Amino acid sequence: MSVRQSLLAILDQGACYGYQLRAEFDRRTGSTWPLNVGQIYNTLDRLERDGLVEKGETDEQGHVYWQITDAGRAEVAAWLASPVERSQGTRDELAIKLAVAATLPGIDVADVIQTQRRASLAQLQELHRAKYAGSNPDGPEELAWSLVVDSMIFSAEAEVRWLDHTEQRLALHPQHAMALELSTERPKRGRPAAASVAVESA
Amino acid sequence: MTEPILRLIGVTQQYGQGATAVSALSGIDLELAPGELVAIMGASGSGKSTLLSIAGGLATPTTGEVVITGTHLSTVSASGLAALRRRALGFVFQDFNLIPTLTALENVTLPLELDGFRTRVANRAGRDALASVGLDGKEGAYPDELSGGQQQRVAIARAVVGGRRLILADEPTGALDSVTGELVLRMLRSRVDAGAAALLVTHEARHAAWADRIVFLRDGRIIDETRRDGADTLLTGSR
Repeated sequence: MSVRQSLLAILDQGACYGYQLRAEFDRRTGSTWPLNVGQIYNTLDRLERDGLVEKGETDEQGHVYWQITDAGRAEVAAWLASPVERSQGTRDELAIKLAVAATLPGIDVADVIQTQRRASLAQLQELHRAKYAGSNPDGPEELAWSLVVDSMIFSAEAEVRWLDHTEQRLALHPQHAMALELSTERPKRGRPAAASVAVESA
Repeated sequence: MTEPILRLIGVTQQYGQGATAVSALSGIDLELAPGELVAIMGASGSGKSTLLSIAGGLATPTTGEVVITGTHLSTVSASGLAALRRRALGFVFQDFNLIPTLTALENVTLPLELDGFRTRVANRAGRDALASVGLDGKEGAYPDELSGGQQQRVAIARAVVGGRRLILADEPTGALDSVTGELVLRMLRSRVDAGAAALLVTHEARHAAWADRIVFLRDGRIIDETRRDGADTLLTGSR
């Protein structure tokens, strides 16, 4: 839940009211993760319930300033010191599509791969155009935004590299040796393969 | 329509003859307009570097025609070809290929000096080219006094000096870290936006994405390309 911890980390810099907190989050992430103010207040309510923030002063415009508690500071420190857990990729849609396509007689997997590669590269081009068009690449807000764009660029690049790798591996089987006709063996009811259990528990 | 800076028409490159003939390139048609950066991608052995050599007149195609700024390379003599290469195009290589005993400015002005320009004129063009890649003040530095990224920017300046308009780049970021590589690509992009044209051979998708079009080679053939207008982008769809 990086929104919750991000808001806490911003409050660790000083007390903020709701709209101000949203603006601070926006300028640090280049508006790549838009939040509505309702989400901000819901999150603040939960943080207050958990003893991580508390209401402070109210100014003459009626803005309520939220401030971080000691427990909140500890949560920020723990968040920054720990890695982000990523979800397991065993059910990645593209990986499953290519794995199945590779076993289908009469299907040229290289074409399936190229379709995906073209799309991934077109997406990379769009990301580059957006980044190149950005002004003052060394400004702090511009840099914060471009770091988020960079993460999307490197993810897309990783996908293309994996597609290249897959294509080269499949090219080692030029006669489509991986093709699987429908098996004549009829499976029994139930869950036959131990491997599938391993995948699900991963 | 503006005249293309580079045209490859039905280019084929074959090594050997008869049953043992190997086809490195087959039926390549490609055009580069001014202001256009085109990336060539493909696996090792797909013909990327051969294509670049032919586009730069370093190799002669078995069949087909190469046209650079309106000149058909098959119609010019060896010395005419060398002159055209000096005046019209510049190469950028992975390992920079600067002459270590010459300063940055001397490296950049060398092709102009070879072409008979007066030193004063060549130096002015060289300074302009170095400034265009953000290297003003580094004119007197020798290559070993420059970082890898700076050396590659000198190579880009050399490639565009004196109105040369076709840049042929072969894995220009291969020896650079990712941030420096991006800076070099940004420079290349800005020179193209200023009116040059560039053909960029790379196996890195991140770098190819700086191009207006990406051409995919497989077994010496163009199998696919992305379009300049981005009509087939996925950004508008869901991923």
